[in-house]
Amino acid sequence: MTTRATAAEDLTREAAGDERAEGAAAQALGAIDVEAIRREFPALDQTVGDRPLVYLDSAATALKPRAVIDAVTEIYARDCANIHRGVHRLSQRATERFEGARDKVRALLNAPTSQEIVLVRGTTEAINLVAQSYARPRLGPGDEILVTELEHHANIVPWQIVCEQTGAELVVARMTDAGEVTADAVEAVLSPKTRLVALPHVSNALGTVLPVRRITELAKARGAAVLVDGAQAAPHMPVDVQELGCDFYAISGHKLYGPTGAGALFGRRELLDEMPPYQGGGEMIRTVTFEKTTYAPAPTKFEAGTPDIAGVVGVGAAIDFVREVGFDALAAHERDLMAYATEALSSVPGVEIVGTARDKRAVVSFLMDVAHPHDIGTIVDMEGVAIRTGHHCAQPIMRRFGVAATARASFGMYNNRADVDALVRALWRVREFLA
Amino acid sequence: MSDLRDLYQEVILDHGKRPRNFRFPEGANRESEGYNPLCGDHLTLKARVEDGSVSDVGFQGDGCAISKAAASTMTEAVKGMTQSEISELFDSYHALVTGADGVEPDLDRLGKLAVFAGVSEFPMRVKCATLAWHTLQEALAGEGGTVSTE
Repeated sequence: MTTRATAAEDLTREAAGDERAEGAAAQALGAIDVEAIRREFPALDQTVGDRPLVYLDSAATALKPRAVIDAVTEIYARDCANIHRGVHRLSQRATERFEGARDKVRALLNAPTSQEIVLVRGTTEAINLVAQSYARPRLGPGDEILVTELEHHANIVPWQIVCEQTGAELVVARMTDAGEVTADAVEAVLSPKTRLVALPHVSNALGTVLPVRRITELAKARGAAVLVDGAQAAPHMPVDVQELGCDFYAISGHKLYGPTGAGALFGRRELLDEMPPYQGGGEMIRTVTFEKTTYAPAPTKFEAGTPDIAGVVGVGAAIDFVREVGFDALAAHERDLMAYATEALSSVPGVEIVGTARDKRAVVSFLMDVAHPHDIGTIVDMEGVAIRTGHHCAQPIMRRFGVAATARASFGMYNNRADVDALVRALWRVREFLA
Repeated sequence: MSDLRDLYQEVILDHGKRPRNFRFPEGANRESEGYNPLCGDHLTLKARVEDGSVSDVGFQGDGCAISKAAASTMTEAVKGMTQSEISELFDSYHALVTGADGVEPDLDRLGKLAVFAGVSEFPMRVKCATLAWHTLQEALAGEGGTVSTE
């Protein structure tokens, strides 16, 4: 690779005037040059067993572009210092890059200020932070927390813990047979007792997009706070927390082509200011004596201890990378892949797609009559195809459909129709083997 | 490279599709549930123990071909055995499916169960092959309750 900036320029193909027939035929609807993008992801350049890797598990974690790997390496190889401490230049450089990443997260989510971006380990920690620092001090018996049936366990269990701690109750908005949670379904269980509504922007197990803006309006009208689990949305669509109107929005860097172990929570400033710290330790204080400690303002108040500095800087690089590709182009490409994959998978006898919502992003969950998802996973892996099989940390969804598990193919910006074709060939192999 | 046929041997495919003893024995006096939280596989196992040995055993549940075949072949293999004989057999079986270093699985003792040798090439599937065995041991220990692979 030359430099990241140069490579990024190659990624977005100006639609006008670029008539490269080959590319156009391969990616009829995509305005992005998938081949150029693929070259930026070193992990794609490998074989597993004797087959070229076909990676269809980006909803579990996305592969990392060279720009991200380089940014992480540079922190350790050059700007290796703790942040917000010391006046030496390494510490200055590390601090600037760390805070720069916070600004990039702010821009990604269109949060009003960077002080409203708390850097955490990921979506799970972000939700636990809100559960313990926002919900726990406010809730008591008679209060309700509303979640949907499409939740990942990370947006169920932290609320159950708060319910045990406070005596509040967990209420669930149900989904349709297509795997949709409508605003009506949420309204049906909203009540004056609802203090907080927690919902996913995009379901990790089925890919369903939820009407977050409408649901937020309904919740706010009843005086409830709203937390959105954005782990599966941020990699696929532009997110605007001001337009959504939510109070909290949680994301994971690693699903957004960044490193594992770094993510972010957006929280509205008034709420963050009122909330007590999540963990105590270094960094998050103003003054400490044995008699009394005063806390730093948000977001520092919530960032005790040395964070994953390289991870956060890597997330910053990932955000640059994704924004340079552009969400419009990305969305068009993934929409094309979804349509292609849905049709191609349906053409395999005995394949049933689970979750048929009208608006889905980058995830196809499916079953096969002749094979348990675990067997599908092993057999397609032997063909070089990596998919997720299991309950996807969403057991209530599995139960709703009466299954223990599904197989799930999920897409990132680097996937192409050839990847889908490879999966379909592998599923025929499953049939041949187990039918 | 390991081959799929090593894992999905004919015997395993056959037992996966048509599990034997896929029912509960009459007069069962031992019972346990097995659960693999990783994949959601779940089985209930019941046995009838008479005069210190397993006179009948069967299971019900949902799982992949490997886990169903493992449960099915196990129920055939252990009938008539005492708890300690089953425990010894499981030690051999465990060595076989995990490919444990320095342990030669006793193929004579294993008999038909030797078809699970291929599992050792697929570490992610070891739990599928052992869930039923753990569940049976739990049932025989008289603990009841749920066995988890985690």
